[in-house]
Amino acid sequence: MEYEVVIGLETHAELSTLTKLFCGCSTKFGVEPNTQVCPVCLGMPGVLPVMNKKAFEYSLKSALALHCEINKFTNFDRKSYYYPDLPKNYQISQNYYNLGVNGYMTIEVNGSTKKIRIHNVHLEEEAGKLIHPEEIGTNYSLVDFNRAGVPLLEIVSYPDMRGVDEVDSYMQTLRKILLYMDVSDCKMQEGSLRFEASISLREKGSDKLGNRVEIKNLNSMKAVIKAIEYEVGRQSKLLDRGETVARETRLWDAVTERSERMRSKEEAQDYRYFPEPDLLPVLIDEKWLHEIKGTIPELPLDRKLRFVEVFKLSDYDSGILTEEKVFADFFEECVKILNRPKAISNWIINDLLREVKDRKLDIHNLPIKPKQLASLIEIIEKGTISSTIAKEVFSEMIQSGKNPHAIIEEKKLAQISDESLIESIIEKVIATNPEAIEDYKKGKKNALSFLMGQVMKETKGKANPKIVNELLKGKVGV
Amino acid sequence: MIDKKLIEYVASLSRLELTRDEEEMFMNQLTDILSYIEKLRKLNTEDVKPMAYPLNKSNVFREDKLCPSTSKEEILANAPAKIDAFFKVPKVIE
Ligand SMILES: [Zn+2]
Repeated sequence: MEYEVVIGLETHAELSTLTKLFCGCSTKFGVEPNTQVCPVCLGMPGVLPVMNKKAFEYSLKSALALHCEINKFTNFDRKSYYYPDLPKNYQISQNYYNLGVNGYMTIEVNGSTKKIRIHNVHLEEEAGKLIHPEEIGTNYSLVDFNRAGVPLLEIVSYPDMRGVDEVDSYMQTLRKILLYMDVSDCKMQEGSLRFEASISLREKGSDKLGNRVEIKNLNSMKAVIKAIEYEVGRQSKLLDRGETVARETRLWDAVTERSERMRSKEEAQDYRYFPEPDLLPVLIDEKWLHEIKGTIPELPLDRKLRFVEVFKLSDYDSGILTEEKVFADFFEECVKILNRPKAISNWIINDLLREVKDRKLDIHNLPIKPKQLASLIEIIEKGTISSTIAKEVFSEMIQSGKNPHAIIEEKKLAQISDESLIESIIEKVIATNPEAIEDYKKGKKNALSFLMGQVMKETKGKANPKIVNELLKGKVGV
Repeated sequence: MIDKKLIEYVASLSRLELTRDEEEMFMNQLTDILSYIEKLRKLNTEDVKPMAYPLNKSNVFREDKLCPSTSKEEILANAPAKIDAFFKVPKVIE
């Protein structure tokens, strides 16, 4: 039978605030266990949480970027569950009045766009981190509460995705949006961006949803895709055999590339939400919303489409340039200085990105400024240096941070355009390579490029190739 | 209606082990509380807005400023069991 795959994603993103959601403890990753903890985030009796304004505003900003309706009255609720990584035995989250509801995000798949609806966006606190010693026979787990209380944004999509292509695009797009807005560092390897998928299958053409299976423990985007592919295979086999798919939660194992049903005890969900009495509600007025809207930058997909339209760049190049906000900004800064979008785009994509990768440069602290790249391109267009020499100058600019003019002067790289000088070099080359002239006269056309190469070699690549070519042709009598 | 089954369920959600006497006691106490609430439900509250907060206040925030955390020693001082800088708990996965 042919099935339609129905997929929804739940995304958790740690917000990149300096401090936790309800206390002034640091959110820094990778420090000594239990050194960024205080009575508030440890849930000691009598403490009072106070909301981090930046975390709330980051959430608001994200909800707006995802086109959500903003609840003018929003509050926080206690989600009760007992697990050792949760010091209070409840998580402060949102349930009744989520910050944002009914939004959508536009994704691009195979050149066409699709809207994936967002069910809700809400703010909650992170749990601590559990470590399970691997030695066989240990009967304990270890808890580090440094992460407990870090602001966590949850974004819940509708089950609007119909295949892994769409899921992949959804994850990439959402990640890019969060990065563009600087609200999360989205480092999956550090757990600051996590996905959970829910998958069901239904007969093609039917609009009745099948039983939904949730998959957890997905530590990379690759794992999400693999787990979904595995789950689709598993469910279609069950349905083909006429069996039903049990509604359950499964854990993905990235090593064996299989998922396994979570034990029912852990699955029992009865969170008994009720309003968190220690926190006051938040009322959001138009003025505040307007302020936050003003901080949202142009989003990656919009920016990409604009680059295609305004700068006449290819879809592919625009995609690469807008992949990271830093490079899209760099590009636009350059274009403002020098209106050569195509050349600038080429330099960024072919040279800057390669240097960044090879030298593992910090993209937020690039050694080259837009003004410097623009002046390098200007120098090339004036004919002061050839494009081959320009590559050398560029590499030097990256290494030293110097201006191209200074490098050209220092290393005497300026192109030789002095005709009499070039002529004397040509004569010298012809004199030492008489056989090439003979070859040329016998009809071997490539002898001319050999001579050209020799002249360039003599001048260390600095001779103006156009002038060399003309003079050379004159000499051999074309 | 609070019966024994419900008490057992609530206790298991809270990871509590109750003795028979305790089950009996909580069953009676919770039944009393619920019957009092039943009494309150009979009041006409048609024009009264639900109130989750006792204060007529909203939008209380703090700035995103670092405060010193508590020392690891103090934090771990209450822990029934620890290893190095970690809290030690019974194994939670198999
Ligand atoms: Zn704290």
